[in-house]
Amino acid sequence: MAKQVTIDAKGMHYTPLNQQIRKAVEDGAEEIIVNNVLGQRFIGDGLRGSATIRVNGVAGGDLAMFMSGPTVIVHGNAEHAPGNTMDSGKVVIHGSAGDAVAHSMRGGTVFVRGDIGYRGGIHMKQYETQRPILVVGGSAQTFLGEYMAGGLLIVLGLDGVMKAREIGSGIHGGEIVIRGEVDDARLAAGAKKVLLTDEDRSRIAPVLREFAGDFGLDPEPLVNANYTRIIPASARPFAGKYTWE
Amino acid sequence: MCGIFGVIDKRRQMMDGSGIRQALSMMNERGSGEGAGYVAYGIYPDYRDCYALHVFFDDACESKAAVDATLEQWGTIEHDEAIPTYDQQNLRVPCTPWRYFFKPDPSLAPEKDIITNLVMRINACVNGAEVVSSGKNVGVFKAGGPGGRPEEVADYYRIEDYEGYLWLAHNRYATASPEKWERPDPFNLHDWSVVENGKTTTYGTNRRYVEGFGYRCSISTDSEVITYLIDLLVRRHGLDINLAIRALAPPYWEDIDRMPEAEQNLNRAIRFAYGPAAMNGPFTVVAANPDMMVGFTDRGKLRPMVVGECGDRLYIASEEVAIRAMEPKVESITRPAAGEPVIGRAAP
Repeated sequence: MAKQVTIDAKGMHYTPLNQQIRKAVEDGAEEIIVNNVLGQRFIGDGLRGSATIRVNGVAGGDLAMFMSGPTVIVHGNAEHAPGNTMDSGKVVIHGSAGDAVAHSMRGGTVFVRGDIGYRGGIHMKQYETQRPILVVGGSAQTFLGEYMAGGLLIVLGLDGVMKAREIGSGIHGGEIVIRGEVDDARLAAGAKKVLLTDEDRSRIAPVLREFAGDFGLDPEPLVNANYTRIIPASARPFAGKYTWE
Repeated sequence: MCGIFGVIDKRRQMMDGSGIRQALSMMNERGSGEGAGYVAYGIYPDYRDCYALHVFFDDACESKAAVDATLEQWGTIEHDEAIPTYDQQNLRVPCTPWRYFFKPDPSLAPEKDIITNLVMRINACVNGAEVVSSGKNVGVFKAGGPGGRPEEVADYYRIEDYEGYLWLAHNRYATASPEKWERPDPFNLHDWSVVENGKTTTYGTNRRYVEGFGYRCSISTDSEVITYLIDLLVRRHGLDINLAIRALAPPYWEDIDRMPEAEQNLNRAIRFAYGPAAMNGPFTVVAANPDMMVGFTDRGKLRPMVVGECGDRLYIASEEVAIRAMEPKVESITRPAAGEPVIGRAAP
């Protein structure tokens, strides 16, 4: 039987709030509803298990950092770096998020329905079965996928112009998939465009369907849309910049 | 890190300081608890024609006599008094905050030149006196050292007792000299006040540039140099605020190459003319004068800036929650692009 816990975060500092969330998870809660959240940081950080945490309000910085397993659903915006170095689990943000979303993420899924700020997916990485996924419904800003070392980053641009430039600056692993055409001038040195093959499309289709399902969107137009795939031009983009061989 | 906050009411409706205190305290995590400050426009309507000089005296007898004498050479002190303060348990107070309402003698030199020179002279020469604000109908309230968190500094001055139509606030993450009360932002010189989150890597170049025009940098903070840069470009060189910010945070050369020809020429000219004024490194700056508030970030967007709008009020902050703390019903929240100025103007 699902065990539900509700916490009122109004006026609460993030330390007692996160202590209460941890305690609830330890006591076996399966769903934790946190109301009146206003910028409290570090929600869900380092948390393990399979609980679902519903955040009603604006989540503070470093949401779900180092998290391994749980699901965090934010009904509102998030500040900087949600999904920072996240290990596994899922973060669903119904609003927009600040800079450095999915910073150094190493596994799990981050879905953002709105826009993200600068440096989305900076240094996402992957290792064997650990393959992080970041999907953005709106626009991403400049330095998207900076120093990216692994994982999958999708930007759908559903709400207008995609603003990102310097895409994939220093990318040396992973892939960035952007709906529509992307002008070469928007790519940073070290990134290159390739065709999205049928195999690629069938690989990302389940991710797009899950995203559409979480936000109540029609999945078919997303699955069938035209995409640009951006990958590293080499595994060592700065080989000639800092070393001589 | 640092946390910054600014709000302007475009119809000059007054806001007391309590909401600003609350907004800044939402970003306590961004500071080191060793300094904070506030500046408000419109707080001295009874002395609206005087320059309000806020001064920190180490010794209210000896240093004050020297400041009185210097001011009287250049104009009239209409009134002066200690700034009301209220002891806070954790805040160690090393100085006496004082305020003068001063009228410069316009027959000697243009008013703002007199004020500029007086501020430079007192801060550089008179031992134990630091002028921390010097504008008409405006005042800076700041403090440093242990116990200098946003709430304690606000309560020390009881900023809720002041009403202004434009406020800037700053929560300091001290990287040098946390004990000095004059160092936390805001920095002010007559019309202009500046709060910054970040650290410019071009500090040396920018400082040498403004010092070439006669400004003397006595407290060695970024916001001091930025204030002088803005005063130089806008007041003395007559640049529009948009062009001035274009000079301080210019587009990259690659971006200029992609512009239409006329725009390319303008941007090249600004970069050539104002190269030493260009700022690099991570920063978000919010500046204000009696008629406007303007915020902008570095071109690489290494610091956050969130903008909120609600009715006649424009908000700029490091974090969205600061805006929502003061304006729970905020109508729009945006995150402007790097280098793009966000300007709110007050009706004349």
